[in-house]
Order: sequence, then structure tokens, then C-alpha cells
Amino acid sequence: MTAFLKLLFRNQLAALGAVVLGIIIVAVLLTPVLPLQDPNVTATADRFLKPLAEGHLLGTDHLGRDMLSRLLHGTLLSLGVGVAAALLAALIGSAIGIVAGYVGGRTDNFVMRGVDMLMAFPYILLALAIVAALGPGLMNALIAVAAVNIPFFARNIRGVTVSLAGREFIDAARLSGMSHTRIVLTELLPNVLPVIIIAMSTTIGWMILETAGLSFLGLGSQPPQADLGSMLGEARSALITYPHVSVIPGVMIFLIVMSVNLLGDGLRDALDPRLRSGALSRPRATTLVDRQGEVPEATDDLLAIQELQTQFHVGPRIYRAVGGVSLAVKPGECLGLIGESGSGKSVTALSVMGLVSSPPGVITGGAVRFQGKDLIGARYEALRRMRGDRVAYIFQDPLSTLHPLYRVGDQLAEAIRSHHKVGKDEARKRAVQLFNDVRIPNAQNRIDNYPHEMSGGMRQRVGIAMALANDPDVIIADEPTTALDVTVQAQILSLLNDLRRDRGLAIVFITHDFGVVAQLCDRIAVMYAGRIVEEGPTNAVLERPAHPYTKRLIACVPELGGGRRELAAIRGLPPVVDDLPPGCAFAPRCDKAQPDCKKGEIPLDGAGTRAVRCLYPEADLTRDEEATA
Amino acid sequence: MTALKVENLAKTFQLKKPLFRATPPGVRAVRPMSFDVAAGETLGVVGESGCGKSTLARMLVGLLEPSAGRIEIAGRALDNADPEEFGKLIQYVFQDPTSSLNPRKTIRQIIEAPLKRLYKMPKEKREARISEIFDSVNLREEFLDRYPHEFSGGQAQRIGIARALAANPEIIILDEPVSALDVSVQAQVLNLMEVLKAEFGLTYLFITHDLAVVEAVSDRILVLYFGAVVEVGRADSIFANPRHPYTKLLADSAPVVGRPLTAPEQKGSELPDPLNPPTGCAFAGRCPRATDLCRKTDPVLEKMGDDQFAACHHPL
Repeated sequence: MTAFLKLLFRNQLAALGAVVLGIIIVAVLLTPVLPLQDPNVTATADRFLKPLAEGHLLGTDHLGRDMLSRLLHGTLLSLGVGVAAALLAALIGSAIGIVAGYVGGRTDNFVMRGVDMLMAFPYILLALAIVAALGPGLMNALIAVAAVNIPFFARNIRGVTVSLAGREFIDAARLSGMSHTRIVLTELLPNVLPVIIIAMSTTIGWMILETAGLSFLGLGSQPPQADLGSMLGEARSALITYPHVSVIPGVMIFLIVMSVNLLGDGLRDALDPRLRSGALSRPRATTLVDRQGEVPEATDDLLAIQELQTQFHVGPRIYRAVGGVSLAVKPGECLGLIGESGSGKSVTALSVMGLVSSPPGVITGGAVRFQGKDLIGARYEALRRMRGDRVAYIFQDPLSTLHPLYRVGDQLAEAIRSHHKVGKDEARKRAVQLFNDVRIPNAQNRIDNYPHEMSGGMRQRVGIAMALANDPDVIIADEPTTALDVTVQAQILSLLNDLRRDRGLAIVFITHDFGVVAQLCDRIAVMYAGRIVEEGPTNAVLERPAHPYTKRLIACVPELGGGRRELAAIRGLPPVVDDLPPGCAFAPRCDKAQPDCKKGEIPLDGAGTRAVRCLYPEADLTRDEEATA
Repeated sequence: MTALKVENLAKTFQLKKPLFRATPPGVRAVRPMSFDVAAGETLGVVGESGCGKSTLARMLVGLLEPSAGRIEIAGRALDNADPEEFGKLIQYVFQDPTSSLNPRKTIRQIIEAPLKRLYKMPKEKREARISEIFDSVNLREEFLDRYPHEFSGGQAQRIGIARALAANPEIIILDEPVSALDVSVQAQVLNLMEVLKAEFGLTYLFITHDLAVVEAVSDRILVLYFGAVVEVGRADSIFANPRHPYTKLLADSAPVVGRPLTAPEQKGSELPDPLNPPTGCAFAGRCPRATDLCRKTDPVLEKMGDDQFAACHHPL
């Protein structure tokens, strides 16, 4: 709760709104006990006294009634009606929304079309019609304002409920024997409640305004009862000659609505999980660089990642996602980067082209060299020219990387045209050629498909075609087959393999699957907790793993043809990278761990092509190297 | 003894009627299929996306009403699609462990629900039962008052298993229970399920797309393609000696260390369109052995060898 308040008040405008609204509410709540004059006692002799007149701090109105007293009583009434209308609208609207969203089908259709019809009327006309039918009066104005706002809540809440009702925990609740009513009340409602509160906080000011509007027209509170709208209405005739009579309630309405809206926006920002996590704040075009220490010397590799360190700064915490990783690829080579979720393999890959989103990502050390040129800290223009042109990416889920509203061919052409000055027809011809290269049948027609019209395998082929569009030197493929079925995976892998042989592509292939790596990659590097723990030629590492983690991870993966058996498991969980233990990060889960594993820096040591970061490796690398030599 | 018996179970999703045309034929997500699972057995169900695995599972637990056919659990016929009735006999472990737990409830409230609603158990008995279950899934009791977001995927999945166990079912359907987990954690959960099976005398229906995993945990395997069973056989032999070309394609596609990379299927073939299903065998379009017979008549499941059945006109 305190964290929530802190978050809320970090927004200064929201804090201002809270303060103003707080003062108004306190003043209004104290009204009955304050020594004020009766708001309804007329004294025609004292009419239209100016503010600061004797006995009347804010003057008097056209009937000589004390303005201060009427203002406070009127505010109390207006606020009360506004809040009550908001509660009523939220209650009924949310109930309609939840039921329609949960039941779905015909009920949903019927109810929501009714709500749509209600929304089709201009709101003030609808409110007038309701008041006309019920007769003027504050209570009827309240009902009218509530009724006018029901559709807003109903539609909002229905949308949220529909997405929640499809979630697995609702199915689980049904299997636990819960009745529908209970599911709505105990499973759905608590999850919808924040949305209701957000919707309420943003509409309450609007409702106060609407009530005032009805009262202004004489349809709300009836004389002599004061509310802000009716005070304005009565002062209308003396607007020019005695402006204070209308300005005072006007300013009060302004203050209330303004402060409620500011506070409401603040509440929404603090409650909405997407806003809270900063997802809607726009990331920078390249990852922030704040390099400490020396920049490593250039090498003659095509792409070399050198001592790369990438961190995420979230509040006071620092997550060392990549803690000093060095990798290199040559033309035509395929390097496999293996690791579990959270091991830093994707962040390593994204750091190459400065694609880690900042905030919160920061590159704090090392270098990434493409043909010897350092890319870390390069200007955005320089990076942009290389992205997709020299170094291209293939991502896991092609459905989320392709734009749903553009034809795939146009997206492909765009990728070409953003790097090369070619005409539309030429780009289209190249796109068809690329579709043929990645073996999409019937390329000429397929090019005009939208992403949703293609199967997962076909979409991933488009993703690969897009990566190939500018004939890059390096492709970084981040779990490109994880979302695909096995038969499709096999096709995509063999396609990538052919492409690399035909075009001399260097591929960095990120995966968690040893089977895939074994078939495609020449060399592999195994990552754990942001560092490389072992690297070497694929067959050597898979046959004689040197790091205990590699060895046990290989054992965890069941292999086809092994028959029914108990699987090896690694106890415990991978560490969180904001608080890594000293020494080997795997030591707490390792059977062979000795006291000296848990202190000091353990170097990535090796002989020849192999290297391992372990004090007590499972295999002797020097002997291994001699044997192959 | 048979724990689960399914006869001609089918599900067709009706499409919306267009304003001026006749109602199109529905999508046949599950075509009539029959199989049974013996008590204490683990039946693996394999297939690619869109083959009807999840629709089948949802019908079996009563979350979806079948269009035709019957389900018999422990000798009792259940055809009313009432999860409350099904819940005591058959439970479900979901694929995504975190999305299957209500984020606004404590773990205790989640695990308690089946005891309270299905068995109307009083408070003290519930407490005792919960600690017993928590003990068997290797979770500490102090977790009970925490919220789902505080747990890792592996822990959350064990909570999901604990909830299924709480209902004291005969059968548990495991729908891709480890595909959202890391490999090092995956094995922990699979081994735990094996232990629980022996401890509580459970029967499993294990749905997955991962051939190696399903082979490691199952007694028998059912291969689905386009909503129909194409092959059933013993787990230790079905992938080594497949009779249906699709099963062979699956087995050849699985990445295996030491096998050179070749695409088992060169043409970029796609699954048949469910809105416009082909006549005859659904696999014919991708099958190297397909003949005119395959394109005309849909093959039925026939016995081929001991305990192996395949639906193919030209078996391997």
C-alpha cells in the first residue's frame, strides 16, 4: 500500500490533484459543524453583496443568501451526487459487462447490442429524456447521469472479462467444482476490480460535470436547494453585472473536476500493470551505452563479441544479464548458443545491434566488432544502416514480428527498400525470388497474403526470407523453431543449413535444444547465469562435456529411442542474476562443488578449441586436444 | 481394468450462419475416435498443432460438450459435460502453470477449492489433506499463504499438480505439462509425476508434441493427425517401427544428436484446411505412398502386429 502511494505521488500532478481534492472534501465534510449561515435564508436587502462584505466572506446572491454557505452546501451535494452516480453506473455497468463477457454467445450479443443502442444517443439528449420521463429533481438527475454512463462501464468490463474468461484458471475453477456464480464473484471480480476502479476514477469528474449541467438547465436540484449547477443557473442573469455570483461556483466546479481528473489519471497510471512496468514508455532507438574499463582490441573475425556486459537497471536493482561474454563467428560458420531461460543468451544476441530496450537495458562493458569495427557506442544512423543489412535477425514468433495489417510481400519489399534504392517492381521481384529461395510454394500468390493467412511454418519462412533480403553476412536466429511443430522444424533447420552453405552465411543460433544444435552447429557455447561456462566443437562438447552443468543438462534432455525411463534432473533453480554468488554460479546446484568453487573469479580456461569455466572439469581438455591432434 | 473408455467421441464446431447463405458445415476438430486406457496406465497422445489434442482433452474433463459419442470413466458413463461431476474422477493439469493459477488468490485458496466444493470437507480435514498433498509434491507448507506470481514455473506447475491431486481423481490429464518449463526443471516435474502415479494409483493421459518426452513416460502412445487417430502402439516400439507414414515422419523429424540434418519432407507442405477438408485420408497430400485409393476413402484403424493399430491403406 505504501509502495502504491509512493508510486502515485511520484506523479506531481496527481499529488496536486489529491491535495486540492483533499482540501475541498475536508471543507465540505466540515460544513455541517462550521458556524455558517443558513444557505436558504433570504435577505433581499443584502442582495448581490461583493465578496469580503461584512458577515459574508464570499458575498451574497440575488436573494441575499450567503454565498459561502451555499457554495459549501452545494459542493457537498454535487460531490455526493457525482460519486453516487459513478458508483451506481459502475455497479450496474460492470455487472452487465461481467455477465455478458463470461456467459458469451447469444446473451453477450443481445446485451451488448442493447448497450450499443444506448450509446448511439447523444448523452445529454438521453439524460434529458430520462429526466423528462421521471420529472425534474436531484434524485432523477442522478439516475439519468448513471444510466448515461452505464454503457461505458459495460463495454470496458466486458472486454476485460472476455480475455479473462478464456484463461486457464477459470477452467481450473470449474473443475474444482465451483458454480458459475461463485466463479464470477471469486475468480473474475477480483481480477476485474482494478479496471473498474480505473474506469471510475477517470469518469467521476465527468459525471459531476454532467449533474451540474442538468441542474444548470433546471432539471436537477430544485430551489431553494443549492448545488453547483443550479447556483450557476440562477446566477446566469447577473453574469455581467455581478460576476462573482457565477464565478465562484464555476471555479469550484473547475477545481473539483480538474483535481478529480488529475488524481484519476495518477491512479490509473499507478494501478495499470502495463504502465507501471514502463511498457508504454518509449524505448530509445539504441541501447544505452555506459562503458567502464578498457575496450578490447580488434580481431580478424567476421563478428566478434568481446567481454560484453549488459545489465538491466530496474529501480535500485541491477540485473547482470550478460556478465562478460566473448564469442566469435567466421563466414559460413554456425555457432550454437545454448542456455535455459534467463541465462542471458537472447540479451547477448540483442546487444550486438543495440536492440536491448533502454530503459532498463545498459551495455556496461566490452565490445562487439563487425569486421573489426566496434558497434557498441556507434551512432544510431550507422547502426541502423547495418541492422538487417549486414547483420539480420530471425525471432522466435513470426506472428508477433510480422505486422498484421500489411501483406507479407510489402513488408519484405520494405526491408529491401530501406537499405537499397530500388523501385517498387524491382523490390517485388526480389521478394518473389526470396520466397522461392526459402521454398514457399506458389510464391507469386503467397506474396500477397497477410501474416494471419499463413501457417506457422510458412510465417517463419517469411521471417527467414526477410532476414536474407539484403544478403547479410551474419544471421542471428533466436529460437527460430521453438514455436513450430517438429515436422516443420526439420524443414526450417535444413533450409537454414542449405542457405548457410550456399551463401557463406555466418549463423549464431540460439536455442535450448541439444538435438537441434547437434544437427546444425559447428561449434557451441553453453551459457549459465549470464556467462559462458563451456565452449568447443559441437561433437566434442556433446560427447565429452567438461562442465558439470553441460553434462547434467544433456542428461536432462530425453532422447528419442531411449524407451521408458526415469529422467535425470538438476535439483534447485537457476540463480537470479541480480544477486549472483561469488565464484561459480552453478556451485549451489553442483554435486562436485568444493569450498573453493564458491569464492573468487573462475576463468574460462581451455586448450585449443575447447574451453570450460570450472575448477574440477568432467573431462581433461588438454588430453582431449592431443587425442584429436 | 479400464479406467477410461471413449467410444466414437467427436466434436464439430458449428460455424456462424452467414446472413444469406446456408450454414457451412462445421469444423470437425475431433473426428469420431474410440480408445481406452487401463487403470494405472500412461497413455501418451502426440500430434502437431491443430490435430485436436486440446479439444479431446477438454471433452474428457467435461469442459466441452461432445457432439457425439460417449465417455466412460471407471465404469460410469459421463456425457453431460458437467465439470462438477467429472471433477471427482478426472482432473486436468494445464500447460501454462502461471496462467492456470488465479493471480489474486493465495495458494491455499486455490488448493482448497476442490476440497470445499467437490467434497464439502470441514476445515480441519482440509488442513490435514492439504499438508499431505503438499508433502507429496515436495512443496513447503509456508508457500500456502503466498500468491502465484511469487513462484517459478516449476513450482507453479507442482502447485497445479497439487490442485489436481486434491480432487482425488482416478485419472489426470496432463496437457503439455512441461513444455513451458526449462529442461533442467522439466525432468524434476516428470519424475515427480511418476512417483505420484505409484503413490496415488493414478492413470495418466499425457498430451504433448515432444516425442522424446512422451516416449520416456508412456506405456502406449496414440498419434493424432487432423482430428483422428492414425496410429496406436506401445511406446517402446511405435517410433522405432511405425506403420503409418505420418508416425514415421514425426519420428524422422525429431532432432536427435548424431543424426545428420536432412529434411524428411522436401516440399513445403502444410496441414489440410479444416474448413475445406480433403476427401479420403487427410495425410494423403503429404504422403509419399499415397495412391488414388487414399484420396478417395478414409482408412480405418486396423490391427497391425501385436498391440499396434494404424489407419493406413499402405502401411509401412
